[in-house]
Amino acid sequence: MKYTGHTFVYGDDVDTDVIIPARYLKTTDAAELASHCMEDIDPAFVEKVQSGDVIVAGKNYGCGSSREQAPIAIKTSGISCVVAHSFARIFYRNAFNIGLVLVECADAAENFSSGERIEVDLEAGHVKNLSQGKEFTFKPIPEFMLDLVADGGLIPHILKKQK
Amino acid sequence: MGSTITEKIIAAHAGVDEVRPGQMVEVKVDLALANDITAPLAIEVFREAGVKEVHDPDKIVLVPDHFVPNKDIESAMMVKLTRDFAKEQGIELFFDLDRMGVEHALLPEQGLVLPGDLVVGADSHTCTYGGLGAMATGMGSTDVAGIFITGQTWLKVPESMKFIYRGKLPQWVGGKDLILMTIRDIGVDGARYRAMEFCGPTIESLSMEGRLTMANMAIEAGGKNGIMAPDEITREYVEPRAKREYTFYQSDPDAVYVDVREYDVSGMEPQVAKPHLPENVAGVSTLKDITIDQAVIGSCTNGRIEDLRLAAEVLKGRRIASGMRLIIIPVTPAIYKTALKEGLFEIFLSAGAVISPPTCGPCLGGYMGILAEGERAVSTSNRNFVGRMGHQKSEVYLANPAVAAASAVTGHITSPNDL
Repeated sequence: MKYTGHTFVYGDDVDTDVIIPARYLKTTDAAELASHCMEDIDPAFVEKVQSGDVIVAGKNYGCGSSREQAPIAIKTSGISCVVAHSFARIFYRNAFNIGLVLVECADAAENFSSGERIEVDLEAGHVKNLSQGKEFTFKPIPEFMLDLVADGGLIPHILKKQK
Repeated sequence: MGSTITEKIIAAHAGVDEVRPGQMVEVKVDLALANDITAPLAIEVFREAGVKEVHDPDKIVLVPDHFVPNKDIESAMMVKLTRDFAKEQGIELFFDLDRMGVEHALLPEQGLVLPGDLVVGADSHTCTYGGLGAMATGMGSTDVAGIFITGQTWLKVPESMKFIYRGKLPQWVGGKDLILMTIRDIGVDGARYRAMEFCGPTIESLSMEGRLTMANMAIEAGGKNGIMAPDEITREYVEPRAKREYTFYQSDPDAVYVDVREYDVSGMEPQVAKPHLPENVAGVSTLKDITIDQAVIGSCTNGRIEDLRLAAEVLKGRRIASGMRLIIIPVTPAIYKTALKEGLFEIFLSAGAVISPPTCGPCLGGYMGILAEGERAVSTSNRNFVGRMGHQKSEVYLANPAVAAASAVTGHITSPNDL
């Protein structure tokens, strides 16, 4: 799997309250949630994001509330993958459960500016900054998480095991 | 090599003799929990899976508490969807408005979570129950839908960190201050993926309320769970409430910890977390110049009876500052009733406070006390992220109930000692 797009770069400790503020949690409608994605720290995000784009962030991305509406909003907005120095654990589970791929890569987190071209190659295990011609390797995604994604998320994975 | 409490509870629920950090295990879940924000999504996922019946309706608890009493039509629809699902599936532990409270205060109070349990909730503050000696952790709606279907989930066994507290707590210093000081020390990702085990003489004499407050905020350091060894204080709390057997687990003397930290708390002053992260903690005396518009006393962190008694002690015979708004939220019906009976409402109302029915309300910027642009609040809740209590340009300072009450009296952040 390979993802290519433009980057949206954020710092450390991006919490799920700013990814999708609680005032919009009155619905489970994915498109409605996506229309408010990142609103409180990057009001321009929703207008600028294009299908395939990648969020690049620092440490502890997705900390705070367990709201699964956060990865849903990100995925539905068109973001193909999130690359961060590290992820908060509930967000990590939630993202893979709904099929949003996360990549832990500390070097990448420090070497991107917003709007640069990025390529994330899951098989090769690298993140490329196409605008700067730099390449960074990341530690492989755990096999268990890749199985989830291959099965289409947690629920299809469970149902398959039950058969 | 010995095991920690967390490892022992996970092993017991995985049906194995022992587990080690990093190991992936399938565990039986004693209780799965969801609220009015996370249950509707879990129910949708459950329906899409095409499964007709939940694995065990008696092991599911549904508590609409975030936007309840329903704040608007959309919230009402989410609660209705949850109520209908509970009825259809025979889930008796659906807490409608007549007996509803803030989930993490309600479940221990009702004896639904017991020592030795493994509990998963679609709410990040599910870690609160570690105060009872249970292994409890937050997950998302899909994970909880998976538990609805199978009664089980997968876990990666966390490494454990040990926090030892020594010394007698000074007046007006409690569980909230201990946990804020700890988060200041290790940072908001200092316990990421880890179990936080709180122990030492200070914890051994800490009330159940104080323990629940501390475990509640383990997630604010990134922890998978927070936990205290159960003891006589636990037994006193649990025994009259429990309707089934429970198990006290203790860590072995040779259990392995990735980090051990010790704190002397005897000279400590109340702690306050400044915007916009719970790790931005400072002593209350350094923040005297911070003026506030609103004070909130409530939430799953500090809305229990002990918290309200502390607030009343400070507010008795006093009046809040001109232009100040003080919102007090007793977080369960039982707490509400006790506060009323003990005369606390008389004190609160005379001081100029308003008293809300149980709800998470303003803690997450839902309703019942939303901040306008440029406004500042002191709150006994657990998060002070950007926009958490309202406008993106509002600010939240986190503190204990006595500090919140004292600050409401003066109009700026104040230690009760300075009143």
